[in-house]
Amino acid sequence: MSQPKRPRVWEKVFWPVVAAALLLCLWHCGVQWSGTKIFPFPLSVEKGITELMRKHVLWADIGDSLRRVAIGYSVAALTGIPIGLCLGWFPAANQVVNPLLQILRPISPIAWIPVAIVFFGVGDPAAIFLVFLASFFPIVVACVAGVSSVPVIYRRAGRNFGLSDFALLRKIVFPAALPQILIGLRIALGVAWLVVVAGEMIAVDSGLGYLVIDSRNSGKRYDLVVAAMLLIGLIGLALDVAFRRLERVKSVRWGFRDAT
Amino acid sequence: MSAAHSAGTATTNRHKLRANQLGIVYERDGERIAALEDINLDIKDGEFVCVVGPSGCGKSTLLNVMGGFLSPTRGSVTIDGEPVTGPDQRRILVFQERGVFPWLTVEGNIGFGLSKLSRAERQQRIAHYVQLVRLQGFEHTYPSDLSGGMRQRLQVARALAVNPDILFLDEPFGALDSITRVIMRGELLRIWQTERRTIVFVTHDIDEAVQLADRVVVLSSRPAKIQKVLPIDVSHPRNISSPRYLELRDELLKQIGLAYEI
Repeated sequence: MSQPKRPRVWEKVFWPVVAAALLLCLWHCGVQWSGTKIFPFPLSVEKGITELMRKHVLWADIGDSLRRVAIGYSVAALTGIPIGLCLGWFPAANQVVNPLLQILRPISPIAWIPVAIVFFGVGDPAAIFLVFLASFFPIVVACVAGVSSVPVIYRRAGRNFGLSDFALLRKIVFPAALPQILIGLRIALGVAWLVVVAGEMIAVDSGLGYLVIDSRNSGKRYDLVVAAMLLIGLIGLALDVAFRRLERVKSVRWGFRDAT
Repeated sequence: MSAAHSAGTATTNRHKLRANQLGIVYERDGERIAALEDINLDIKDGEFVCVVGPSGCGKSTLLNVMGGFLSPTRGSVTIDGEPVTGPDQRRILVFQERGVFPWLTVEGNIGFGLSKLSRAERQQRIAHYVQLVRLQGFEHTYPSDLSGGMRQRLQVARALAVNPDILFLDEPFGALDSITRVIMRGELLRIWQTERRTIVFVTHDIDEAVQLADRVVVLSSRPAKIQKVLPIDVSHPRNISSPRYLELRDELLKQIGLAYEI
């Protein structure tokens, strides 16, 4: 009997934990053997995390980073989705705007930091602007692609039931494109989280990115640097997991399956 | 339902749909291709007409012109004497597959064209058609969790729910397996006999045409002309091994130019 072995529940947790433990071990030994005075042991990082938590600045920093992402990302979604839908809906408009989009899109949002500081000065608006830029393009591109790949058959069916242009966009095109739009939104959220950290290293003096750079600058506290890095990773993961839950909503789930 | 709903003698002699010297020429890569040529056809109210022909001959094009999705280059289509200028809720096109909206439940799909009705009326209409196509218990199921046959029944239900005079079906069972296809034919006949809409049904399946239609229209290869209109004078339920049935079937095979010995 050749039955594919399904991993049991405990195995799903057990092996990743083993892998992580091994990595920590390797890290510890690496620091030990190299005799470095700068790079911290895993245990000192752990102490660093508890120190950060006790000092309360950590929560303020996390809050600041999340707030910047929330604002920049929301503005990008609120403007990017309608713009993307319109561009997908009017191919003529898309032809005009598309070259411009394609030129702006590959520019790393990091490269915008000097410009952002010129525009907004050092402070929150500059960081939010960077997050906005980072998330805007993936959202627009996903919406355009989503709308233009809506099968003709759905539009025809919509017309057949007497829908006006606007109703067709609202009741057919948008829901049909929604799975692709969600993919764009998810990519954008990931990029936004990457960029906020980079932006905070330069454009502001709070947030997780600032924590990283500040820990290094004020006394080479690499235990705190690595602690902040780990937190950034964990929060990014949490954001992604939370977003993935949206894909299980029933009215979009059809778009995330291999079949149909 | 409608005035044409008279049991027994199904069809009245009133013309429902008339195609008059219909012709379609379109251009592809600078080449002019004639798809349909001089199609003249009268379809009676409540009639079930099947259109068969070699693949790629323009059967679907004909259906799209009748449904108002394509404008003819010559001639016209009139329904109840009124020229067809665009798609309309009074005549619904049912597609081969993937015609149902995957983001809506069974209920949502059937209710799709009913937004102008009051809530109570809509619920009642939905319940009626859920029952008619035998999807009870699946009201809140999404199409991705339905079988191919159920999805096609759903598509037919969605079409019927807006109370159209005419249903255009474009190879609706073409993507189903052969057993499901036979069951679906029975279902469609049952629905047609209770609802009495005019049906124009495009198929490439000779048996399907002989089993379902009052008349079968045979199109020639491109540019498609009407080669033959064959009335199927066998009453329902049809015995598919009766001599008359086989005779008609052979006649159709001959018309299409198929050998009927393999």
